[in-house]
Amino acid sequence: MSKDECKQVVLDIIAEIAPDEELSDVKPDVALREQLDLDSMDFLDIVMELRKKHGIEVPEPEYGELVSLDSCAEYLTPKFNALV
Amino acid sequence: MEVSRVVITGVGLTAPNGNSLSEYRENLLNGIAGISRTEIRYMGEVLAGICDFDPLRYQKRKEVRVGTRAGSVSIYCAREALKSSGVDFESMDKNRIGIYVGITEHGNVETENEIHNISQFDYDTKFWTHHHNPRTVANNPAGEASLNLKVTGPAYTIGAACAAGNLGLVHAVQMLQLGEVDYAIAGGVSESIHTFGIFAGFKSQGALAEHEDPNKASRPFDAARNGIVVSEGGALFTLERLDDALARGAKIYGEIVGYHVNSDATDYVLPNPERQTQCMRAALKKAKMAPQEIHIVNTHATATPMGDIQECQAIVQVFEDCPDTYVNNTKGFIGHAMGAAGALELAGNLPSFEDRMVHPSINVDELDPKCSIPNLVLNQPTQAKRVDAILNNSFGMLGINSALIVRRFSDQ
Repeated sequence: MSKDECKQVVLDIIAEIAPDEELSDVKPDVALREQLDLDSMDFLDIVMELRKKHGIEVPEPEYGELVSLDSCAEYLTPKFNALV
Repeated sequence: MEVSRVVITGVGLTAPNGNSLSEYRENLLNGIAGISRTEIRYMGEVLAGICDFDPLRYQKRKEVRVGTRAGSVSIYCAREALKSSGVDFESMDKNRIGIYVGITEHGNVETENEIHNISQFDYDTKFWTHHHNPRTVANNPAGEASLNLKVTGPAYTIGAACAAGNLGLVHAVQMLQLGEVDYAIAGGVSESIHTFGIFAGFKSQGALAEHEDPNKASRPFDAARNGIVVSEGGALFTLERLDDALARGAKIYGEIVGYHVNSDATDYVLPNPERQTQCMRAALKKAKMAPQEIHIVNTHATATPMGDIQECQAIVQVFEDCPDTYVNNTKGFIGHAMGAAGALELAGNLPSFEDRMVHPSINVDELDPKCSIPNLVLNQPTQAKRVDAILNNSFGMLGINSALIVRRFSDQ
């Protein structure tokens, strides 16, 4: 999986958990919570969906790695690639 | 003790046969029911009263996803009630608004959904949602309304089985009279049709209705009745002290002049007509009214073989010499909306103060002789000479009884 594909996976999850948000111009290097109406429960939803849909575990101390699309890609892409 | 008079100034509702008071009332007068078949987990096809209001009228899609069905019902009903009350909501002190929502139960839907969810993951609880607790706390339906409306006064539910719709109103009256709040949004809601447990429970109890025609399945007082049709829905009213309502020129739908709540203390599920009689009489006493002054008695009758007969016995005891008192029932149209039942039934009769029409109890092809009581309005509406007061019965499991009396408003 490429980093761009990984970002799309995260965006697809956000589209489900925050269906009122416009996601076409999310800036990858800006914190998601600065540009979208996401709260801490929504971030737990992202973690849950990664677990349910993709078998990816994000330990609590590492939640901060999901702050932006870029950081998500940096952190999650190796995890996705380690699955195969 | 002299207490403030409390009046109803707004009505918001969703029922299986209407999403506004006018639509609902029109269908009650025209014999139009709203029961359909639906699939439910583990049970297959069941009969249910399903509401088709649009939650997105007042909620964001995320709120609908995160919240509960009961929360959506509450929000819709509360917003519609506020709108109909004509109050300038934006300028109100939100600390002085109370939300009191009657519920039969809450949390079963969400718990069943999560157990089903983790069953897809070999029952590993790490897949259990973090939304579970806020969804299942007993105050959820009222709390979601407070979040949506930004109401910062007291907002909670009142658990009272199927008497809960009346109990929400009773509690609101008390809080207004105590001066705890200046404006109340109160009634009852139910999301029961989204839990298989309630259907399975009634079926095991031999109390789940079945009929080839869904709209004929709920048939209180009919000789061939065979149980309850479970429904969802809600009705919330806005209530104010009379002086406040008059000061702002509010439309007054009726005045709550009496109520009573008591307990059978005899059985988990079987009603006790003696206690029901006591409850109605105590409500009349509080209202300082004679039975003859009540012109509509709404029955709780759910179409169970025994329950309908026992309520009829109780009503005859209280209204034995009341030629102008009519008796009706709403469940033939909408099934049993559980925590919403009492509130929806009251809403269905409130317009009678204006048009003096008494909607019927439908689906009575052959009246059970044991339910043959005077002035039971069957299948067709009746024009009453006058409708000045309604007594709204609502009873529930574990023997909770409630009777609420609403009088046509008169400034005397």
